[in-house]
Amino acid sequence: MAQTIRTKETIAGYGFLLPNLIGFLAFTSIPVLASLVLGFMRWDLTSPPVYIGLENFVNLLGFTKENGHWIPNDGRFWYYVYNTMFFMLGIPISMAASLFLAVVLNNKMKGISVVRTVYFMPTLASGIAIYVLWRWIFNEEFGLLNILLGHFGIDGPGWLTNRALAKPSLIFMGIWMNMGGYNMILYLAGIQGIPQELYEASAIDGASSWQKFQHITWPMLGPTTFFIFIMSVIAGFQGGFDAAFVMTGGGPAGATTTVSYYIYQNAYEWFHMGYAASIAWVLFLSVFIVTLMNWKYGGKVVHYQ
Amino acid sequence: MSTINRRNLLLLDDEFERNSKINTYLKNFIQVSVIFILGITMLIPFYWMIVTSLSAPGSLDLQLIPDPVMWENYPKAWMAVNFGRGYINSMLVTMCVTFGQVFTSSMAAYAFARLDFPGRDKVFLAYLATMMIPKDVTMIPNFILLKYIPEGLNILFSPENLFWTQDLFLFGKYYMGKPIGYDSYFALIMPGLFSAYGTFMLRQFFMTIPTDLEDAAKIDGCSYFGIYWRVILPLSKPALATLTTFTFMGSWKEFMWPLVITSSLDMKTLPILLQYFQGLYFTEWNLLMAGSVIMVIPALIMFLFAQRFFVEGIQLGAVKG
Repeated sequence: MAQTIRTKETIAGYGFLLPNLIGFLAFTSIPVLASLVLGFMRWDLTSPPVYIGLENFVNLLGFTKENGHWIPNDGRFWYYVYNTMFFMLGIPISMAASLFLAVVLNNKMKGISVVRTVYFMPTLASGIAIYVLWRWIFNEEFGLLNILLGHFGIDGPGWLTNRALAKPSLIFMGIWMNMGGYNMILYLAGIQGIPQELYEASAIDGASSWQKFQHITWPMLGPTTFFIFIMSVIAGFQGGFDAAFVMTGGGPAGATTTVSYYIYQNAYEWFHMGYAASIAWVLFLSVFIVTLMNWKYGGKVVHYQ
Repeated sequence: MSTINRRNLLLLDDEFERNSKINTYLKNFIQVSVIFILGITMLIPFYWMIVTSLSAPGSLDLQLIPDPVMWENYPKAWMAVNFGRGYINSMLVTMCVTFGQVFTSSMAAYAFARLDFPGRDKVFLAYLATMMIPKDVTMIPNFILLKYIPEGLNILFSPENLFWTQDLFLFGKYYMGKPIGYDSYFALIMPGLFSAYGTFMLRQFFMTIPTDLEDAAKIDGCSYFGIYWRVILPLSKPALATLTTFTFMGSWKEFMWPLVITSSLDMKTLPILLQYFQGLYFTEWNLLMAGSVIMVIPALIMFLFAQRFFVEGIQLGAVKG
């Protein structure tokens, strides 16, 4: 009897799992392995794939000695890695802005939900429409930014066409887009979860607002900050394609091309399927290692209640 | 303890109270001003998006209200690229993906949360492990798989180029892509139907539902599907609504996959069409902004309906931290 119930439950279990499991196998787990296999091939989709061993990885990550200097085999890749890292400098700024907003918006005044919606709007609308909008704002001749600067007699540069300014401009846009978004809501939830007694006790002790923030809010938000940071870093590693594709085409001279964009170019523009897969796997391993390190070392800094 | 009490007495002091009232008032004033000023910086780009979308072409000066108001920019943008078809495609894909993903995820989540079967925890661990994988990794094989499905079918079945390589037309007039493989609705929708993240999120929620109701249902002879359908799902409305909203937004904005997997203009979703439109009218900002407004509005409407679920959902999603 017990045996039949158990069999029944097993059948039911896999029955419920099946639709999702098929998709999971077909579009996630098998492709991950297929990607790894592809990483060891050369394949342009027109001729049959050729096994080339580690050649893709050597071309991607290796260095060759020329005239006494170590030259990377794929200099572009390292430049795009640098770009990706550079874009991630926006993460702490954007997090600080979200935290600031959450503290300010933690207010029971009338119409606060409308205000929160306003801050959430860029996240809602984000995507291609926002990028088209900001391409126009940053435009050298017709853009909102330079027209405004013009009123102060400043001749603004082409924010997206200047090699030094393109990355900071995109970071700025990212902060504008994200500061009132998911992270702010997470912080808001975190703040509202802090026991009110702590603030009352500190008020009795005569703590200033800044002291309250420093000694109560900030430490109590540790787990939230940690979570947002980890998720942002994971997203940062694989980000940057949509914005760059729409706004700059990866330019000027590759200054806004990220690793994800490079994978796109290799796979779908040049049909270097094997090489693209090898970059994707290197990206995956980097995300994995960095996240593990975050867990290991970041976890120590955070105090759970 | 004694110091606290002494300070506590201070609170009774009239003067202190008056001072702190003025302080709170000042603080509130500063807070509200900051909220207001920052809110305006949030809105300015949107405001100028609408103003520009109604302006004459090439107007260099900033006007608070466009003069003349060029309503014709909207039909012009709408006609320049087939935005209507883009809407239909985006809607179709988003609806199917959202419905499918919520359905498959909730079923799998029920199995993970409530049923005991051999291998369950191992499979669940595999699900968790894949959540960190960048989508670039899986997208390449998926692209190749879908591109080669029709050829694969040709190899498997002897009468070649049966329906799977034919073009589909609705009413003999509207191109509907291929039935399967590259440039098809199948390819646009299929990979989106399953989600490890959705499964994980719902499983976490299902775990919090007390088992009493299920036990009662079991005693009454309810089947597993009955429990899932009549007990678990009705009790999980907030979580389901959250996943629905998230999936809807994610699918509505999805860019890279529809970009690589479709080729004909009739099969493009809205974001891809807007990008294409941008390529055509590279410097006609008024038309570009009109196109952007056209794209943003459904997302805004959706949000107004689902605002509550959004906030709850983001907080729910953070539980895993």
